[in-house]
Amino acid sequence: MPTFVYMTRCDGCGHCVDICPSDIMHIDKTYRRAYNIEPSMCWECYSCVKACPQHAIDVRGYADFAPLGHSVRVHRDEEKGTIAWRIKFRNGTEKNFLSPITTKPWGTAIPKLADVPGPSREMRDSQLLYGEPKDIRLDDGGLHTLQSAGLKLKKGVYY
Amino acid sequence: MAHKTIVEDGIDVLVVGAGLGGTGAAWEARFWGKDKKIVIAEKANIDRSGAVAQGLYAINCYMGTRWGENKPEDHVRYARIDLMGMVREDLLFDMARHVDSTVHQFEEWGLPIMKDPKTGRYLREGRWQIMIHGESYKPIVAEAAKKSADKVFNRICVTHLLMDDGKKNRVAGAVGFNVRTGDYHVFKAKTVICGAGGASNIFKPRSVGEGSGRTWYAPWSSASAYGLMIDAGAKMTQMENRIVLARFKDGYGPVGAYFLHLKTYTQNCLGEEYESKWFPALQQMVGKEYLDPEASHLTHRPIPTCLRNHCIISEVNAGRGPIHMVTMRAFQDPHLEEVGWENFLGMTIGQAVLWASTDVDPKNENPELTTSEPYVMGSHATGSGAWCSGPEDVSPPEYFWGYNRMTTIEGLFGAGDAVGGTPHAFSSGSFTEGRLAAKAACKYIDDGKAEGIVVSDGQINRRKKEIYKPLEHYKTYRNAIVAGDVNPHYINPKQGLDRLQKLMDEYCGGVTVNYMTNEKLLNIGLKKLAIMEEDLEKLAAEDNHELLRAWELKHRHRAAECVTQHTLFRKETRWPGYYYRGDAMKVDDANWHVLTVSRRDPESGEYTMEKAPCYHLVAEGE
Ligand SMILES: Cc1cc2nc3c(=O)[nH]c(=O)nc-3n(C[C@H](O)[C@H](O)[C@H](O)COP(=O)(O)OP(=O)(O)OC[C@H]3O[C@@H](n4cnc5c(N)ncnc54)[C@H](O)[C@@H]3O)c2cc1C
Ligand code: SF4
Ligand code: SF4
Repeated sequence: MPTFVYMTRCDGCGHCVDICPSDIMHIDKTYRRAYNIEPSMCWECYSCVKACPQHAIDVRGYADFAPLGHSVRVHRDEEKGTIAWRIKFRNGTEKNFLSPITTKPWGTAIPKLADVPGPSREMRDSQLLYGEPKDIRLDDGGLHTLQSAGLKLKKGVYY
Repeated sequence: MAHKTIVEDGIDVLVVGAGLGGTGAAWEARFWGKDKKIVIAEKANIDRSGAVAQGLYAINCYMGTRWGENKPEDHVRYARIDLMGMVREDLLFDMARHVDSTVHQFEEWGLPIMKDPKTGRYLREGRWQIMIHGESYKPIVAEAAKKSADKVFNRICVTHLLMDDGKKNRVAGAVGFNVRTGDYHVFKAKTVICGAGGASNIFKPRSVGEGSGRTWYAPWSSASAYGLMIDAGAKMTQMENRIVLARFKDGYGPVGAYFLHLKTYTQNCLGEEYESKWFPALQQMVGKEYLDPEASHLTHRPIPTCLRNHCIISEVNAGRGPIHMVTMRAFQDPHLEEVGWENFLGMTIGQAVLWASTDVDPKNENPELTTSEPYVMGSHATGSGAWCSGPEDVSPPEYFWGYNRMTTIEGLFGAGDAVGGTPHAFSSGSFTEGRLAAKAACKYIDDGKAEGIVVSDGQINRRKKEIYKPLEHYKTYRNAIVAGDVNPHYINPKQGLDRLQKLMDEYCGGVTVNYMTNEKLLNIGLKKLAIMEEDLEKLAAEDNHELLRAWELKHRHRAAECVTQHTLFRKETRWPGYYYRGDAMKVDDANWHVLTVSRRDPESGEYTMEKAPCYHLVAEGE
């Protein structure tokens, strides 16, 4: 397949169509539900699976090497900031994992650079990037240069 | 077919492709260009696009300079030895001295970075890698880019760069089409930062049929960065330096954390250590300078990645495959077992799917490893890409033409996979390169270098016609046949991709020939690629989605041609394990301790190849 959509769960909202990096989740014109139009270009990246509000998308491992009878399900929760995985083996064994996706609530932690004070002339002429040297967190505060590192470029080898 | 034309004019910084490099560029551009118009044109949706769409479990490039863990120059030495001497040390040093600030920003933005409970420092996977919970890595950096950009155009497949009609060799923007609406998009811009990513699917993948999307690098890494830049006439470097990955078989699950953090190791089918056995013969091929196991042992100098591949390939050829990763011991520790699984879930979910479907539990069974098909990219453990200017305080004259990360086309900058000679930048380094390019692009504009750009209607209309040709071609000839895909007048993008992969595999050193090629084979390959280009003129696309695949194929084809030219030019086997020149099996430092540079003439299609000096950065008394 590798992704497929359960007919009874999908409501055709299009979130998966919007997110798939491979442009392969499309809405079927007859059923008005989504499906994978080009399984051979699917990376099993699970972007669509995570985005589907109905949990309508599942993955069946690549037919050229994955036998039937398994599942890897996922639930990504932005409010809690977690992602939960449930892996079911062919033989029935189950493994569950939970990890954080962010340490800060979405949309709050990243500043708008348009609102921070602009760079000084000196910064423009230096090698520094935004937030540096502070963001490098060097005790001496400086950016590495060849000189500060005691380096020099050995002559180019040219044959 | 009537396609609406939508023009976005007055752009200062156009970011083409917003993966890790492009998001870094858009983010930083706002600081240096408060008054500037910053626009993103991205093929997918920037929230989940590029190689990091599914997430990453490690940031592979972090110095830890604040804790005295590494200095930028240490990283340069490391990348240099890993790439058998062939890197742009100025670019690497520059990236490495800024990369920590990027990672610290990521942490402030909420990216969960694991800590060592004893030291309070970031938890290291290896000397350069730190461990993260990176499922949402891409959405986080996308948010930063969206906060900086004036406009984000998702689902735009950029097909060509626009060139200034007033001044030769200066960029003027880009054109493409909207994959959903089919509209023609024209972006007139003073500068372009190309972050359109590396190349998967140029060589025949090991997986077949439905599974052929299971490549190590994402199937949407369509070589667009290279296709766009080569077509515009930018000089490229190290395109022969394709990469082959040693990974868990079939799923291509990552091995880094397994080796480095979980302390797993490999063995052959007899349960023996095999790697060292191949070293003496290999040392004769590459010289003691590049492979000295004793010195490596004493100094912790790593064995180059390609040489370790060589050992796997040789051992399997000797009939002692499969190679197994010994996981059974490490996985008895529940914490390490969790790390092992979450590594996949955060980075290569397909591997978890594979193990679940085949009942492989690495706690009870040592899983198989394999070597992948080759990929072309500039940010992982390999350095293909554009020949770019370095920073003014580090670069020697041959490497410096005024603006950091600017290609040999004025106003055209690169980041991430697009930039050549900067291996081991990975995700954090790619983002950092985007930041560096953005600062330089703003300076370029402020210096008045982008004044008086002219884009003629002729150029815009010519490109428009070219872009939609596959749709027209389909319409014209579809009814010549009853049904199906077999048509004497055209091939479709999938058929074209199959042909490209087969010929690159067989003539340029793919898996089915054990990564082996030679001058004769490469010349045949070039001939076939040239004929294929004629057929690409007859590519047919049934709809907008196929039109996307058509242009991805054209970009892949162009990159493949450049790779073949480079492989032909470098008459030695510089990276055994990545590919072999059967007619020149040894490393030849006397003639080839150089960086290779190519340029394709946009008018004639002819390639000019040259050698560029390889400068080494050394500490006094080293
Ligand atoms: C399986 C895997 C594991 C990895 N593991 C790690 C790791 O553990 N740690 C680490 O640091 N790095 C890792 N990397 C490497 C890292 O992902 C890359 O180095 C990095 O993403 C490269 O950045 P980039 O911007 O050059 O390319 P990408 O991030 O791939 O971005 C390219 C962008 O260009 C867009 N694009 C392509 N063509 C066009 C076009 N024609 N028009 C418009 N837009 C286009 C794409 O959609 C995409 O958004 C891994 C990569 C993979 C695939
Ligand atoms: S798993 Fe990824 S590539 Fe496959 S359909 Fe879903 S989003 Fe697209
Ligand atoms: S996101 Fe889910 S519900 Fe919405 S169209 Fe896709 S499969 Fe259907």
